[in-house]
Amino acid sequence: MSNGLMEIKAISGHRGGTPGQGVSRDYDVCKLVDTTTCIGCKACEVACLEWNGYEFRDTTFDNTYQTMPDTAWNFWNLIRFNEVDNGDGTVSWLMRKDQCMHCEDPGCLAACPADGAIVQYRNGIVDFNQANCIGCQYCVTGCPFNIPKFNSVTKKVYKCTLCSDRVGAGLEPACIKSCPTGCLHFGSKEDMLALANQRAAQIRDNTSHKNAGVYDPEGVGGTHVIYVLHDKDKAEQYSGLPQDPSVPFFVKMWKGPLKWLGGFGIAFGVLGVFLHHVRYGAKQVDKEEEVKP
Amino acid sequence: MTTGAITRSSTATPHDEVVRYDFSERATHWVNALSYSYLLLTGLALFTPYLYWLAYVFGGGGTIRFWHPWVGLVYVATILWMHSRWKADMAPIPSDAEWRKNIRNYIENRDELVPAQGKFNAGQKQFWWVMFCCTVILLVTGIIMWFPEWFSNGSARSFHWVLPLVVFIHSATALVTIAAFIIHVYMSIWMTPGSMKAMMEGHVSTRWARAHHRLWYDKVVGGRK
Repeated sequence: MSNGLMEIKAISGHRGGTPGQGVSRDYDVCKLVDTTTCIGCKACEVACLEWNGYEFRDTTFDNTYQTMPDTAWNFWNLIRFNEVDNGDGTVSWLMRKDQCMHCEDPGCLAACPADGAIVQYRNGIVDFNQANCIGCQYCVTGCPFNIPKFNSVTKKVYKCTLCSDRVGAGLEPACIKSCPTGCLHFGSKEDMLALANQRAAQIRDNTSHKNAGVYDPEGVGGTHVIYVLHDKDKAEQYSGLPQDPSVPFFVKMWKGPLKWLGGFGIAFGVLGVFLHHVRYGAKQVDKEEEVKP
Repeated sequence: MTTGAITRSSTATPHDEVVRYDFSERATHWVNALSYSYLLLTGLALFTPYLYWLAYVFGGGGTIRFWHPWVGLVYVATILWMHSRWKADMAPIPSDAEWRKNIRNYIENRDELVPAQGKFNAGQKQFWWVMFCCTVILLVTGIIMWFPEWFSNGSARSFHWVLPLVVFIHSATALVTIAAFIIHVYMSIWMTPGSMKAMMEGHVSTRWARAHHRLWYDKVVGGRK
């Protein structure tokens, strides 16, 4: 993690190994959200607002357990609620903590044209730097999870930082700290994946959810926020969690082939007309020719 | 021997010249050209990091993000004005096909082999219609790109997929206009002497009119006789 360079390597006058030897010291951080133990208490929503210094917003009551319809520029963490008919006379209340997924292959960063407005840290956190943001919202276009939100007053885009300010100081994100059921965990990606898989196996073995599994979508290179789902093949029923997200095809085409085609096309176009001039010159109108009025 | 008189070259038409563009045509063309140039340079700034320095030239990324759509509306307005003014002259005529067959002769300056043309030759018409169609596409996609937040909230979230498509089409269409623009600027400044004067001062020599736009020349000079 962030203090990896300060890991103890040797200790004077000490018998045996050093403390922490063999413990995972991956740079990658990860947030694990176990949807099966979320009770929808919204403590994480409050903790997020408090730590990031945003005022509480008006909530919308729409006969569900969801605070408001969507995340907002100043509301980065929303427990989405969906009631699902299981088809056997029972229903499930699915709660999903929605926030930036901190993709390993971030579509927002690929789409952003502003130098330094989005950075991806080596630990996996994808962070917006509003000082460099120009408000074009190409990140909105590039995000497969619909996360970045525009502030029409500041003309900047905001989203969850995975509490990069806390993680940089060796603390866990604010939401993790507030969770009363232990459905939120934070650690290295390796450790969180292991924990998530262990939990998914436990659910499969001990409950009727025989298809429980871990959501760590490959299409975006994996994410630094992962879910344990009751049914790993029904991500969509968690209020629109994409089953197989990826950086949009046309964003890849636009930032890949089209960019190079355009750049070379313009360069060769300018060169082409210049060479035309060198070869054929101008269309001089014959000045000798008499024109009868 | 000079008389010392100042010729008002841009307000009076000399006797051996013919009016090609009146003031409103020229003014509209140049407002269009300036707005296009701004859109081109600020658009390129957002298209590739290698040209992002252009954003600073025009006041910074936030500034160009704010003005690009508004200047785009000015550009569209002038295109629409030119359309209403020139659509008759831009309509295809039978000899256009013949001209296109001879495009190689035209490019290689063997103009004596190219069929006589009206006020605008078939190539100019093609340029115009490419720019006109691209402008319509750029307008529609540009308005969506102006307010992408429409597609990131509420029920419109399900239409989020249009955003990547729209951004791609906007960029690709802009590249088509850039190709046309490079040719247009080259031809006006270097390839066809006299055409710059036509758009600046409004008139061309009768010789020029006869050489480049014989059918139009016959019409205006014939009518003047």
